[in-house]
Amino acid sequence: MIELKAVSKVYRTGQVEVYALRGIDLLVEKGAFVAVMGASGSGKSTLMNIVGCLDLPTSGRYLLDGVDVQELSDNELAEIRNRKIGFVFQSFNLIPRTTSLQNVELPLAYAGLSAERRQRALAALAAVGLENRARHQPSELSGGQQQRVAVARALVTDPSILLADEPTGNLDTEASLEIMRLLVELNQAGRTVVLITHEEDIAGFARRVVRLRDGLIVSDQPQEQKVWAGP
Amino acid sequence: MSVQEALRVALAALTANRLRSALSMLGILIGVAAVILLVAVGNGASISISSQVQQLGSNLIVIFPANQQSGGVSQGFGTARTLTAEDAQALDDPSNAPDVFAVMPVTTVEVTMQHQEQNWVTTLSGATEDYAQMQNRDMSAGWFFTDTEVRSSAKVVVLGQTVVDNLFGGDPAAAIGQSVKIQRQSFRVTGVLASKGTGGLINQDNVAVIPITTSWNYLVGGRRKNISSILVQANDADTVEAAQQEATQILLERRKLSDISEADFQVLSQQSLLQQVRQITGVLTIFLGAIAAISLIVGGIGIMNIMLVTVTERTREIGIRKAIGAKRRDVLLQFLIESMSLAGVGGLLGIVAGVGLSALAASVIGSLSSGSLPPPVVSIPSVVLAFGVSVGIGLFFGIYPANRAARLRPIEALRYE
Repeated sequence: MIELKAVSKVYRTGQVEVYALRGIDLLVEKGAFVAVMGASGSGKSTLMNIVGCLDLPTSGRYLLDGVDVQELSDNELAEIRNRKIGFVFQSFNLIPRTTSLQNVELPLAYAGLSAERRQRALAALAAVGLENRARHQPSELSGGQQQRVAVARALVTDPSILLADEPTGNLDTEASLEIMRLLVELNQAGRTVVLITHEEDIAGFARRVVRLRDGLIVSDQPQEQKVWAGP
Repeated sequence: MSVQEALRVALAALTANRLRSALSMLGILIGVAAVILLVAVGNGASISISSQVQQLGSNLIVIFPANQQSGGVSQGFGTARTLTAEDAQALDDPSNAPDVFAVMPVTTVEVTMQHQEQNWVTTLSGATEDYAQMQNRDMSAGWFFTDTEVRSSAKVVVLGQTVVDNLFGGDPAAAIGQSVKIQRQSFRVTGVLASKGTGGLINQDNVAVIPITTSWNYLVGGRRKNISSILVQANDADTVEAAQQEATQILLERRKLSDISEADFQVLSQQSLLQQVRQITGVLTIFLGAIAAISLIVGGIGIMNIMLVTVTERTREIGIRKAIGAKRRDVLLQFLIESMSLAGVGGLLGIVAGVGLSALAASVIGSLSSGSLPPPVVSIPSVVLAFGVSVGIGLFFGIYPANRAARLRPIEALRYE
């Protein structure tokens, strides 16, 4: 469960103070599917970074499954990012010059596993339909395939939360729908999904939409999830 | 992530950009090769000189007057007034010097030897019948003179191969029984010493030996019964030091002195000579190695430089790794292993280059100087040390870049273009 209480984030660049978030209160229960929307500069990426333990709030509290993340050490935060949270980025962020399989294995390597690593990685690749691209490097894959590998990497440690920052931003329509289908499936299997997007179409796949403007939540509405009606 | 794993990842990263890796390890490669080569040069000189000193015979002690130049076997033992025949006799006393096996007084002088129309300048030694045994020499023809001939001051001479080459055309058998003239007196050749090679500091074949009594009785200056040196043979290699001390003691007592530094003689054993030689060449070798080691440091700086560039280039990648769960330690380890692999591979290649160059130099020097310059000999400890140091350099100079990588904040790293 994700709980933000009066979370603010201030950046200081020289003399100028930038308020990226101005007191966010947010509660996301297990198994939710939330879309976070807003214009550029609304703070949605900052929010995602804080939820994903990549950054710490300047003030307020972030409780992840009841634990205040500010009380955790760097290593503990790294472990959370490894086991509890899976990231999917707009620019895929796969490690170049390594194969899909090695990319997907990486979180397991950092988790200290060695024996079952290969198997689990192959299973994750199979779950996104790319087991026959295991030996390809990112440069040999299309955008959609790369993002699917990224999704496989995100779920290889079986995290309870998936965070996707504009996952379809660099993809064409068909690839975008593929990715969204995967996310919906993963959500139905019990994972919490928080998605940043600026496209209404994509946001339609969520069951709740949170809109940000200038660092504040301006609306937070449940909605009918779009039903997947594809080939 | 295990070390093995990290090693694989590091090697993959190095082979990904082969030109850059090759150029960055060049400094280490050259440094290691230079260390190995220069140490080999020093080592070769040491081995060469040591083996020549060893040819003197490991049980041998040489006593010679102190006003002579010391340390150099190549120096002639000129006219000596401070060592006497009585000194030699005193050393031969088993009750005073139980570890002494044999004593031989020696006179040395340069003479021109003549046979028919040929002249040849050689070093003439006056010695006793123990000469061949003490100097570790075999006969290639004839016999060495006997104690009877010493007692009777017989005019007999034993020649070295170089003298035979120049006066008798090279065949030892042809020289036996012939007569040569030394200081216008006739001597009969009774034997030829087997060749000990001409390489190195002294030519051991350009010698002639006559009984010391003959040199006292018949050669110029002999009336003074001068002695250039006294050779003392210890019972065996283990008792050399004891014999050395006994001989020193006896001679000091005869002169009513208590301290060797006041004495007019010097006692040198092959062992102490060897020690001196090893010390000097050891210092020389270390000096050469240290100079070469400076280039290793330069190589290390090169590695640090390239690792800093690598870390900056891969900032985004570091951010990704941290985002998916890499801890600071994981990132530190990754880049440390990369820098150590870089240095290690450079070190290995440097070893190959250093050993190869030493072998090349050995064959070139061998053919150019026909044996008088010592060839480089690779010293195994230098190889191991150089490799260990290169990996250590990879570690030391890699720490700063690896630390910078480990300390990157994930989101800042992810945002890096």
